[in-house]
Amino acid sequence: MATEAHSEAGSLAFHPMDQFIVKPLFGDGAVAWYTPTNVTLWLGISILAIIAILVLTTSKRAMIPSRGQSIAELAYGFVYKMVEDVTGKDGIKYFPYIMTLFMFIVAANFLGLLPMSFTTTSHIAVTAVMGFGVFLAVTILGFVKNGASFLGLFWVSSAPLPLRPVLALIELISYFVRPVSHSIRLAGNMMAGHAVLKVFAGFAQVASIAPIAIIGVMAVYGLEVLVSFIQAYVFTILTCVYLKDALHPHH
Amino acid sequence: MATETHEAAGAAAESVGMPQLDFSTFPNQIFWLVVTLVVIYFVLSRIALPRIEGILAERTGAITNDVAKAEELRAQAVAAEEAYNQALADARAEAQRIAAEARAEIQADLDKAIAKADEEISAKAAESEKAIAEIRAGAVDSIRAVANDTAAEIISAMGGKADADAVTGAVENQMKG
Repeated sequence: MATEAHSEAGSLAFHPMDQFIVKPLFGDGAVAWYTPTNVTLWLGISILAIIAILVLTTSKRAMIPSRGQSIAELAYGFVYKMVEDVTGKDGIKYFPYIMTLFMFIVAANFLGLLPMSFTTTSHIAVTAVMGFGVFLAVTILGFVKNGASFLGLFWVSSAPLPLRPVLALIELISYFVRPVSHSIRLAGNMMAGHAVLKVFAGFAQVASIAPIAIIGVMAVYGLEVLVSFIQAYVFTILTCVYLKDALHPHH
Repeated sequence: MATETHEAAGAAAESVGMPQLDFSTFPNQIFWLVVTLVVIYFVLSRIALPRIEGILAERTGAITNDVAKAEELRAQAVAAEEAYNQALADARAEAQRIAAEARAEIQADLDKAIAKADEEISAKAAESEKAIAEIRAGAVDSIRAVANDTAAEIISAMGGKADADAVTGAVENQMKG
């Protein structure tokens, strides 16, 4: 009896994190910086998906849009309005960069929901490059646009004078935490969701709880669809907020 | 047995460790990510975004044109309605003018006819008055003659002698009374 239970537990040893392992596409060697890996494959697929969504659907340039073209126009309008509302008119010229980030994150998140796929945005290396990229770009832009007065971002002139140094310290810390939270939020959400999906799928191996596990998989999958979009939205809107701080550093 | 489980657990622990923190794969991921983002950026900024912007601008332009055209047509309709109302008011005024004219003409004719009738009536009345006056004058003379005669007869019948002048004076006196 005990052995049986043990063997069952042994067969139940599932590996929810295996889906995140980076491995070479060809052969079994080490992963050098240029090696085409499953990361490369799924990044390439996300490029193709974006081309399909934004380029192929609009090829007819129809006055009355088809369904596909509506999606492309909606995506464009959504991000454009976000940039305009959050950063103001002078942020519009950075719209292509923000659109690039949004489209990449959305495509990667949704592609990651396909069974057997690899979620590139669940990797901290990927999100950190984007998070720190945004951080560096915004900081450099702030200094280039405003010079030393960009530091006014940390000096809350509306607060009472004795409080200002304290607030400046807090603002400074929160400013440097931004890229970390920005990237870990996205990677953490994607990783946790996919790991939970795998765990539920693992429980589905046990016949007695399989129905519950499968319902669980469905529920978590639905949640993940939402999370995929919301995290892309959050990443993008925070980018816009940081950009606004760089363009207008005064509170 | 114990070692086996231990080994299995070790293997499991190894595979359960987060692949995200396997720093040996970082250069690979970062390199391909940068390539991907650059490709997406160029696809978007060179092809997709200008194209969608063009489509949206074209549509906005078409809608603006259509709205302007509709506005123009509406203005035309309003002008037509105004012209119609104007024509209606003109026609009404014309009709009133004609009616007033006709009324005035009739009134003039009527006045003329009334004046004529009045004239005739007054002429007839004057004629009648003259006739009545003549008759009245005739009657007074007859009465005077009859009264003179009668008075003279009565005096002679009573054996007196009638003085013609006295009788006439008495009759004149009585008639005045």
